[in-house]
Amino acid sequence: MDDRVLWMKGIRKSFPGVQALKSVDFDLARGEVHALVGENGAGKSTLMKILSGLYKADEGEIWLRGRKLSSRGIKAMIDAGVSVIYQELNLMRQLSVAENIFIGREPMRYSGLIDWKKMYLDVQRILEPFNVDINPKTKIYMLSPAYQQVVEIAKALSLNSDILVMDEPTAPLTGNEVEKLFEIIRNLRNSGVSIIYISHRLEEIPQIADRVTVLRDGEKILTRPLGELTTAEIIRHMVGRTLTEQYPKISVPLGKEILHVENLTKKGYCKDVSFSVRRGEIVGFTGLVGAGRTEIMQTIYGRMKKDSGSIYIDGQEVQIHSTCDAVKKGIGLIPEERKHQGLVLGLSVFDNMAMTILDKESVLGFLKKKKLDISVKKLVELMEIKTPSTKQLVRYLSGGNQQKIILAKWFLRHCKVYIFDEPTRGIDVGAKVEIYKLMQNLAKEGAGVIMVSSELPEILKMSDRIEVVFSGSIVKEFQREEADSEKVMEYALGLHEHESQQEPRAAGAET
Amino acid sequence: MKVKFVETLKSYGIILAFLLICVGLSILSPVFFTLNNIINVIRQTSIYGIMAVGMTFVILTGGIDLSVGSVLAVSGAICAGMLKAGNPIILVLLATLGVGVGCGLVTGLFVTKARITPFVVTLGMMSIARGLALIYTRGYPISGFSPTFRLIGGGYILGIPIPIIIFLVVVIIAYIVLMQTKLGRYTYAIGGNEETVRLSGINSDFFKTLVYVISGSTAALSALILTSRLNSAEPVAGTGYELDVIAAVVIGGASLSGGRGSVWGTFIGALLIGVINNGMNLLGISPYFQQVVKGLIIIGAVWLDQLRAKEE
Repeated sequence: MDDRVLWMKGIRKSFPGVQALKSVDFDLARGEVHALVGENGAGKSTLMKILSGLYKADEGEIWLRGRKLSSRGIKAMIDAGVSVIYQELNLMRQLSVAENIFIGREPMRYSGLIDWKKMYLDVQRILEPFNVDINPKTKIYMLSPAYQQVVEIAKALSLNSDILVMDEPTAPLTGNEVEKLFEIIRNLRNSGVSIIYISHRLEEIPQIADRVTVLRDGEKILTRPLGELTTAEIIRHMVGRTLTEQYPKISVPLGKEILHVENLTKKGYCKDVSFSVRRGEIVGFTGLVGAGRTEIMQTIYGRMKKDSGSIYIDGQEVQIHSTCDAVKKGIGLIPEERKHQGLVLGLSVFDNMAMTILDKESVLGFLKKKKLDISVKKLVELMEIKTPSTKQLVRYLSGGNQQKIILAKWFLRHCKVYIFDEPTRGIDVGAKVEIYKLMQNLAKEGAGVIMVSSELPEILKMSDRIEVVFSGSIVKEFQREEADSEKVMEYALGLHEHESQQEPRAAGAET
Repeated sequence: MKVKFVETLKSYGIILAFLLICVGLSILSPVFFTLNNIINVIRQTSIYGIMAVGMTFVILTGGIDLSVGSVLAVSGAICAGMLKAGNPIILVLLATLGVGVGCGLVTGLFVTKARITPFVVTLGMMSIARGLALIYTRGYPISGFSPTFRLIGGGYILGIPIPIIIFLVVVIIAYIVLMQTKLGRYTYAIGGNEETVRLSGINSDFFKTLVYVISGSTAALSALILTSRLNSAEPVAGTGYELDVIAAVVIGGASLSGGRGSVWGTFIGALLIGVINNGMNLLGISPYFQQVVKGLIIIGAVWLDQLRAKEE
């Protein structure tokens, strides 16, 4: 009766403190390319992880080819013909093309040895329709990213998948390769394969997709045929949210310049980055995931070695060769990955918070325990960190409280410049407001604050100035009053890149 | 209520196991629970117990030091050679410890600066130090020292053998260092999450190097005791000690992935290994078979650790 091969119905999923998907419907027709777009954190990957069987939905049904799916799990979904091609390809780089395609189901001879001949022939047959020159014996790491992607697709097809999810497939590809991939996608579509196409590169979508679905804040905003929408409209639907959250922004008189970065360059990560931060100022850094914001910060902070460029603090040039230097010069970094970079989960609240000041609060290596204890307890109270005691392991605290502990450890150190990398990711609305307040307080007390964030609302509402990063460079600076979400998004998506930066970027890609 | 009981059992399980084995051995062998034997066990334990304390630091950072047995041998050999050459004892003691520090420093620098995994670096050092010991001694034992030097391994203070006193002092110092100093807290933190430590602006490489220096110096300290006690330094001394030493730390509840463990755990772990060695000797179990048992104990201890980690 209908040609829907996939129908996800009323999918809900929540994580502690966050409702990631709020009753989302999604369907896919046979032989259709269906684009799925949305800002970072809109719920695209959660939805796809549910489809791939990695996550279990809290509520909702999945129908495949008119039948309701009963068993879930990764294996079940693969058996049902759904394959996901992830952004980071899941290939074993040291193995050959053939081994990757046939992993776990290698053709065997009666002797129990692998039947290599048959395997290579089969692979040739599988690769034939792609019209590419790939030797089945080649090791994966010797292939270009585009060919690696072809191998992934071939592997999926050889598993009899007729539903493919492609997550940012063009991200690692050059212009010609993108064309080639589109050709492959069109051929697949014509042969009846259905494809869910996820991409941040909105300009590609009209070229390849039949329909588009926009997600925002875990909700489906719309599903329409592409002919009915312009790119600008898609952007508007992506960002046009109702602002229910609170942003406790107050204007602080700005002081002297406290941090100045000039022509910071790290090959392959950031190029000619210059900006400055004044006392009392919050400077927002935004851009897409992978644009290089975090890398810029890590280079300033000495975690990655810069190739060239200079950093000035309070007008004085400083040499930062390690994180140790950065901290001594008064920079504190609240990193992106709370659990992997900000905390030692198996240690106590005390140990985590005091970590940054042990060198100040010790004599000949021996800690001034009492003094440390008092300052830690005071701050726990002041910041309303909810923990039974300072001896509690941070593993057992909520995300919001964990984030507060990371902030606390830098407050104890009294930094001049605080770099917040995605400070509110994955924490609930209440805790977000508290973090904004703390950030605002730092600015009020005369510190310089850098806030890296993918969440446009907080960038727009909390920043005094906004730097938009694309492809490792700052492509645009907005004053607070001149920024709006559409404009920022256009620059973040690189839509204005063609005007100014086409040449250098193409040259960079060659090397 | 029940959870609490299980938790307690996990924390004190090692002590319980230790007591059970002691009671069992007391029943099986009339000699085991005599003052003489007990002192003997602890004295034997102190040699690798001291090294196990050093190893605790390394394992807490998530590393491992396979070279301790060989470092013991080369330190002992140089100690013996210098004594024979008539150097003053104080100088010999310092030089011996210096050898241990040197070996640890080299290991530590390779681990932190060249970023080679500790397993490989210390495996290399295991061979290098052993080779140096053989070269220095030309393969022969160096024996016969002054009575003053022999006091270290054979003397008593207030009726307690000096090795035991040294062992206890090392344990206490290590406890204080781990709990009350920067070095100690960073040791735990590095093992828990090195990236966090580095991003907190701490020179983690420095502290990581330091733990190998500590491990090297405890091996040298044990070399002094062993050389003094045997009145001889052999180039093959300490072969296979790394097994007992690592076992003691792991049985003591330290996680091989770092961040969890304690000196007291290691202390009990070392005693447990000592008691098992002693008990098997008393029961007349062949040394060959003893090796099998020890291997099983190590695998068992790590397995237990895995189960614990999974729960977290």
